[in-house]
Amino acid sequence: MLDDFMVRAALAGAGVAIAAAPLGCFVVWRRMAYFGDATAHAAILGVAMSLAFSMSIFIGSMTVALMMALTVSVLSGRGYAMDTLLGVLAHSALAFGLVAVSFITGVRIDLMAYLFGDILAVTQGDLAVIWAGAAIVVALIGWRWSALLTATLNEDLAYASGIDPKREQLVLTFALAITVAVAIKVVGVLLIAAMLIIPAAAGRPLSRTPEGMAVAAGTIGIFSVIAGLRAAYEFDTPAGPSIVCVAALTFLLTSVFRNVRA
Amino acid sequence: MSLVDVEGLSVRYGARTVLSNVSLRIERGEIVTIVGPNGSGKTSMLRAIIGAVKPYRGRVTQGRDVTIGYVPQKLHIDETLPITVSRFLKLPSGATALDIEHALAQAGVPDLVNAQLSQLSGGQFQRVLLARALIKKPDLLLLDEATQGLDQRGSASFYQQIESVRQETGCAVLMISHELHVVMSASDRVICLNGHVCCEGTPAVVASAPEYRALFGTGTGGALALYRHEHDHGHDHTHGHTHDHGDHTHDCSEGSD
Repeated sequence: MLDDFMVRAALAGAGVAIAAAPLGCFVVWRRMAYFGDATAHAAILGVAMSLAFSMSIFIGSMTVALMMALTVSVLSGRGYAMDTLLGVLAHSALAFGLVAVSFITGVRIDLMAYLFGDILAVTQGDLAVIWAGAAIVVALIGWRWSALLTATLNEDLAYASGIDPKREQLVLTFALAITVAVAIKVVGVLLIAAMLIIPAAAGRPLSRTPEGMAVAAGTIGIFSVIAGLRAAYEFDTPAGPSIVCVAALTFLLTSVFRNVRA
Repeated sequence: MSLVDVEGLSVRYGARTVLSNVSLRIERGEIVTIVGPNGSGKTSMLRAIIGAVKPYRGRVTQGRDVTIGYVPQKLHIDETLPITVSRFLKLPSGATALDIEHALAQAGVPDLVNAQLSQLSGGQFQRVLLARALIKKPDLLLLDEATQGLDQRGSASFYQQIESVRQETGCAVLMISHELHVVMSASDRVICLNGHVCCEGTPAVVASAPEYRALFGTGTGGALALYRHEHDHGHDHTHGHTHDHGDHTHDCSEGSD
């Protein structure tokens, strides 16, 4: 079954959707959308470095994404507004990454594959990495769920319950870096933030509890992957963007549903 | 042993000192109110007690097995975060349905179990926050401007609720408020803060202290008189704390920063 590239693609997409669902909820609740984007953009520099030092793309992009996220965490609140800081760091990292890639000779690189992903070329090895990464992210967030939720609601409430909001922020940062690294192959660095945010936002009108929203986001994410792949096959469109298009249409649908109900 | 013992506490944010050398103790069952102008370090005081800011100098000691319930100043619930009242009350460490029902009843909002947090009115929200603080059966309740944004009737009834909670559970209360006349009437002890402890004592003592008058004028004296007769007796144990605030009385009306 795993011999079929469409099945591998669907499984890879589902893995990313499952990791992105709970994480994406926190990204939405904490208004970290741009933070996710910035981390993802930085990952292209990681890709360049992986190719230059011939290490695994997963490790390279995860390391740079993590460094990026930590840098932003440390620098925030030191004179620059968060979005300025993210804008500077994210786009510098992306630009340096693109320049660095051009220096690498001898390796033929399909840059588009990293910018937009190449879900149809997922190997069994990629699948193992994606599902292992997704399992780590889900386990990590599941383990810290209540603490993360409390810290998201109010930092002082968290402190009063003996929770350190800064540590919880670090957990999210780490989970984000892993998710970016595993999602590069599937949707590419430019659309990772879409996989985080759109299913979560689309799940919002359907849910009454935080847990419900995470489940809704996961379901919508998996549905988008399957329907998007199907559409890409049918209409010969690029797979990653097709997945995001389906997610966006779902968002539209649930938003209308909310407004009709309200 | 006191519930909370604050000794020589100084708090700084960068180069700005917001609290310097503040000492106070909270004993079981008493209601203590911190009053003070904006920027006088009231919120920093509470944040130091819950551990959200580290003391620059001095220390904050909690009594053994003392549970603290904290009601924050304001809590903005993002519209994108769906959460029911009962789920909120279970954070972070879970609570039984019975505990939740009981805490909501104590806070005076028994019917809100399944309501969405983002759809509550200001007054309902404050009571839900109170319920959340009560669910751990705290020995000490900390309230930071808990009635901000409520009208006068709303805040008066909120403080009545606090008083009845205290009577029912015997917990101590440490609260911050702007609404001097309402709060002071319900307090056993008032601490007037302005970067340091200006003066403290029973509401009557503080209201007539020159340091307090220098900060707030005499306008609240009349409202206080209404309550004086019922609060002038019976709480003698709260007089027992000697604080040397004599040194500070002259710079009371100046900011600390």
